[in-house]
Amino acid sequence: MKEKILVAGGQGFWGDLLDAPVRQVEGGPIDYLMLDYLAEVTMSIMQKQRARDPSAGYARDFVPLVKQILHACVERDIKVMANAGGVNVRGCADAVRDVARELNLSRKFKIGIVTGDDILDRIDELLARGIELRSMDTGEPLSIVRERIQSANAYLGAWPMVEALNKGAQIVITGRATDTGLTLAPIIHEFGWREDDWDKLSAGTIAGHIIECGAQCSGGNCQYEWRSIPDLANVGFPIVEASADGTFVVTKHEGTGGRVSVQTIKEQLLYEMGDPMSYITPDCVADFTTIHLEDAGLNRVRVYGIKGRPATDSLKVSISYSAGFKSVGTLVYAWPDAYEKAQAADKILRSRLERLGLKFNQILTEFVGANATHGPLAGTPSPDLAEVQLRVGVRSDNRSAVERFTKEIAPLILTGPPAVTGFAGGRPKVEEIVAYWPALIPKAEIKPRVEVIEA
Amino acid sequence: MRVQLTKLAHARSGDKGDTANVGLIALRDEFYPLLVREVTAERVKQHFKGICKGEVERFELPNLSALNFLLHESLDGGGTLSLMTDAQGKTFSTALLRMEIDVADQEVVKMEIQ
Repeated sequence: MKEKILVAGGQGFWGDLLDAPVRQVEGGPIDYLMLDYLAEVTMSIMQKQRARDPSAGYARDFVPLVKQILHACVERDIKVMANAGGVNVRGCADAVRDVARELNLSRKFKIGIVTGDDILDRIDELLARGIELRSMDTGEPLSIVRERIQSANAYLGAWPMVEALNKGAQIVITGRATDTGLTLAPIIHEFGWREDDWDKLSAGTIAGHIIECGAQCSGGNCQYEWRSIPDLANVGFPIVEASADGTFVVTKHEGTGGRVSVQTIKEQLLYEMGDPMSYITPDCVADFTTIHLEDAGLNRVRVYGIKGRPATDSLKVSISYSAGFKSVGTLVYAWPDAYEKAQAADKILRSRLERLGLKFNQILTEFVGANATHGPLAGTPSPDLAEVQLRVGVRSDNRSAVERFTKEIAPLILTGPPAVTGFAGGRPKVEEIVAYWPALIPKAEIKPRVEVIEA
Repeated sequence: MRVQLTKLAHARSGDKGDTANVGLIALRDEFYPLLVREVTAERVKQHFKGICKGEVERFELPNLSALNFLLHESLDGGGTLSLMTDAQGKTFSTALLRMEIDVADQEVVKMEIQ
């Protein structure tokens, strides 16, 4: 058994720095590279892509990345954990096989395929059996949006990925799996942790929480002494050095920018936090009030003392559904009295929308430069502001109302208050809203499937 | 005297649906009791008047010298439904740091609050 396992975080979200995972592989020693590709509504985009093209429906960025790092991974036995499979895990695995063939690496490694998360085809059956899949946000039963559902996936935890690793997979591809599981699974696999070792599973889960947002724990988006954080242009992504006893160190490769300190880790620990005593995953319930942090040298933070409790008997389900249309239009008003002009323009626009008889579920006006982020807390805007951006958004079930709105922005330039500009981009786009419906499902309903194939 | 939270804490915020969470972290461990005493859920609800339309919940993390606040109904529906610039509540962190709290003059001196 290795004494320490190095798990590197390579992506904070789908769309993060493209070269970050490559730099994690090439910048120093690592044992595992974990890549989180799925935001809350990503699955619905992938469902649509697959409907158009049966070979699509996964994170396409993953394939060129594998091409860049595969030689190094095979040579140095670095394993890759990625929830890049989306709604077509097999398609993603096939694409990775094609890359292996292209690089003459066929049969040099194995691919683990984890599925069983997709329950889109089972929704009616589940509802019929009285599993209501009520929204965790509003308490409403799923039946009220049944006709508009676009994707439905249970979050799988670490154990199916552990099985894939135990069977020799070098690249593990999943559909909807928790970000924390991508980090926890390799640690369980290497150290042989038990399924009821709640403290250790919680420690590995918290390690995953720390690195799942990429550089947000290593100096990115950090408020504490932000000016002094070195070389963010070359920011180092985080690496967990896990030990068998459940303690770990968070660090980053030498020669990279950014910072790993007690403060950068604290900020990330609190990110998207609910009740800190009950951080619920499929694998355990981690208690964030038991975490202890200790400065362990330059860009090294030791994490210890973590306690946890047994996992619950539910899994979270991520359902996406079509929820109408929206559009956001902007114009920029210049000094003097920029804010007052933008306010006047907003009034004119709203009056025209009303005269047109357009119905919206919501119209939201913000004044960027004055109070878009902090609202009334920002105080009364000064008449001396250099400029203010008027930003008006509308939301409606009726596409044509939103469409009409997009044609009312540009006319304000010649028919409203003066010193206005900023319309070079043309009419705003109409966007279909795909909304998120989180729910719980009994664990017994979900049967993860694990398959390990030769590349 | 009145002390702005920028002198006492740093913060990070994020979202879960229509709820914004703000983690408030003492700049030095000895500031934590001040935060516990003064930055109550009621004060935070009052501070975010007109922004947070629901309840405010507070959780204590003495091990990190930090408080976590949940500000319900704050993000215009949240996620992809929201029309807000900050639909993910990422700037609620510094919005909370605008708050001023009462600290006794001798505490300001003793703790060397800048």
